Amino acid sequence: MISKENVNNETPTSTGVVAVKVDDLTVAYNYKPVLWDIDLEIPEGVLMAIVGPNGAGKSTLIKSILGILKPIAGSVSIYNKPYQKQRQLVAYVPQKGSVDWDFPTTALDVVLMGTYGSLGWIKRPGQKEKKEALEALEKVGMLPFKNRQISQLSGGQQQRIFLARALVQNASIYFMDEPFQGVDATTEIAIINILKELRKAGKTVVVVHHDLQTVPEYFDWVTFLNVKKIATGPVKDIFNDDNLTKTYGINYKVSIQE
Amino acid sequence: MSSAQLEIQLIACLVAIACAIPGTFLVLRKMAMISDAISHSILPGIVIGFFITQDLNSPLLILLAALTGILTVVLVEYIQKTGLVKEDTAIGLVFPALFSIGVIMIAKNANDVHLDVDAVLLGELAFAPFDRLIISGADVGPKSLWIIGTILAITVGLLFAFFKELKISTFDAGLAASLGFSPVAIHYGLMTVSSVTTVGAFDAVGAILVVALMIAPAATAYLLTNELKRMLIYAICFGVCSAISGYWVAHWLDASIAGSITTMLGILFLAVYLFAPNKGVIAVLYREKQQRTEVSLLTFLLHLKNHTDERERHVNHLNEHINWQKVRSKSVLDLALKNNMILLDNNIVSLTEKGEAFTSKAINYIITNKDAQIEDMKDDFFLFRG
Repeated sequence: MISKENVNNETPTSTGVVAVKVDDLTVAYNYKPVLWDIDLEIPEGVLMAIVGPNGAGKSTLIKSILGILKPIAGSVSIYNKPYQKQRQLVAYVPQKGSVDWDFPTTALDVVLMGTYGSLGWIKRPGQKEKKEALEALEKVGMLPFKNRQISQLSGGQQQRIFLARALVQNASIYFMDEPFQGVDATTEIAIINILKELRKAGKTVVVVHHDLQTVPEYFDWVTFLNVKKIATGPVKDIFNDDNLTKTYGINYKVSIQE
Repeated sequence: MSSAQLEIQLIACLVAIACAIPGTFLVLRKMAMISDAISHSILPGIVIGFFITQDLNSPLLILLAALTGILTVVLVEYIQKTGLVKEDTAIGLVFPALFSIGVIMIAKNANDVHLDVDAVLLGELAFAPFDRLIISGADVGPKSLWIIGTILAITVGLLFAFFKELKISTFDAGLAASLGFSPVAIHYGLMTVSSVTTVGAFDAVGAILVVALMIAPAATAYLLTNELKRMLIYAICFGVCSAISGYWVAHWLDASIAGSITTMLGILFLAVYLFAPNKGVIAVLYREKQQRTEVSLLTFLLHLKNHTDERERHVNHLNEHINWQKVRSKSVLDLALKNNMILLDNNIVSLTEKGEAFTSKAINYIITNKDAQIEDMKDDFFLFRG
């Protein structure tokens, strides 16, 4: 059971500064557009969910913002500068299934990879980076598993390792692709609590999310996406049946918790 | 041991090390077949280079061959990107085409020079000491020793410089890209090193067997370790062991050196595949058997915990109620007794304190699924090792 104490009734802590700005973004795979002309502003300090049906382009949006995919049109800026100049400000948690968990490496080593960005080319992580990685592991409750080979971790533990790897980047903006996929309820609560802590520290967190039921509980900001942007704004204003129906195409009713 | 023998073994070892390094990353990237493709499709590059320089060890030839190797990778990726065929099919289309061009070029033009299809396919390590490198009149050793030595030095230098980049782009290309490490540049860098190494090793072991030297040591090492650095070291060791032992097997049998080295690689892999401590076939079978026994033990202990009635706890009754065969319930009973988890009194079984505590803990684990709580149980209990 997910505890009801976590119900999100805080108002968005946004400072009015725009953290991420997406302009007229169009992305295509083999000439088939998966994102059409997206305009999006993500205010600083929000905990935002991106929701939409399968194939709506949620992961594609994140990957395009991070420069992993090249858009055919449009631009992205992070605090008014192109992503390439702001890499240090951004951390990314890819989908768990995007890597080979049989790779010969340990939990600590995966978290250490989060420090590679600030190290740059050629330089190796040293004692300072190792200390940071251990702290991040501690924060996600995975310190006892630091030397465990990653294939010997459960799905929830693997997700925590990914989260620790993002934490160690000490970024301002966090992008996470389905961090709750295939994790148990305990891990889900642990993860959302860390995300809320990040928001409290003034960070911006963007999460691709599937479970519509938990949107009002976990997030204060939401973007509806289905190839085009349907709506974006505070959860309490725009998370309604109208937008859900527009996004999912069917007459969608979600019972929003009081 | 003559100096020629020593030189041959030294060349074989350097080739093995130079192949094992890129090979480890190819195996981890699931690109073993690309090395096969490269090793064949560099043939036209070698042939053209040979026509121009008339020297199998010329740097130009290595350069041209490496370019053909890169061309192979580009072509494979291009065909694959059209979405009309899968990667393995694309590989199967590209390399025979390039290889056959090379074969035709040899047959048409190189009949009377010492480049023939046999030498290309199998290489000839035994002749390597005859081709000396002479610098201002002084003999400094076989040419191929210098070539593979140079390639190896560059490979090792690149490995030390870009180890972190190679690791992250192999494990998580998406993260690597978002952090500003170009996985594409790393990819083509690795492909270039693989191509150059293949050409350097080509003369010694030929087009077919160079694949074995790249893939087999890495695949063997993969079964033995959970750490990338160790995997590299093990792969290098396996390569060197096979090179030396292969040489002597060839010497005793009067057979092809390259063939013997590859046979040794195969034997080593088979041995590790069977006997590796964790991932080996025998270890896996043993673990499965242990797990079966331990599941039975736990089932048995749970039954005892749930039933206080003496009738339910009678030895004879256990066979009927848990529905096990006699042999199995006997072995489970012995196991529980040996671990002081049960007491046998007049054929009535009851849990000891230790058994009671163990069972509660195990139930607790199964219900809560909290790994941290049973960390200490993992050492002596297979079931929880996952």
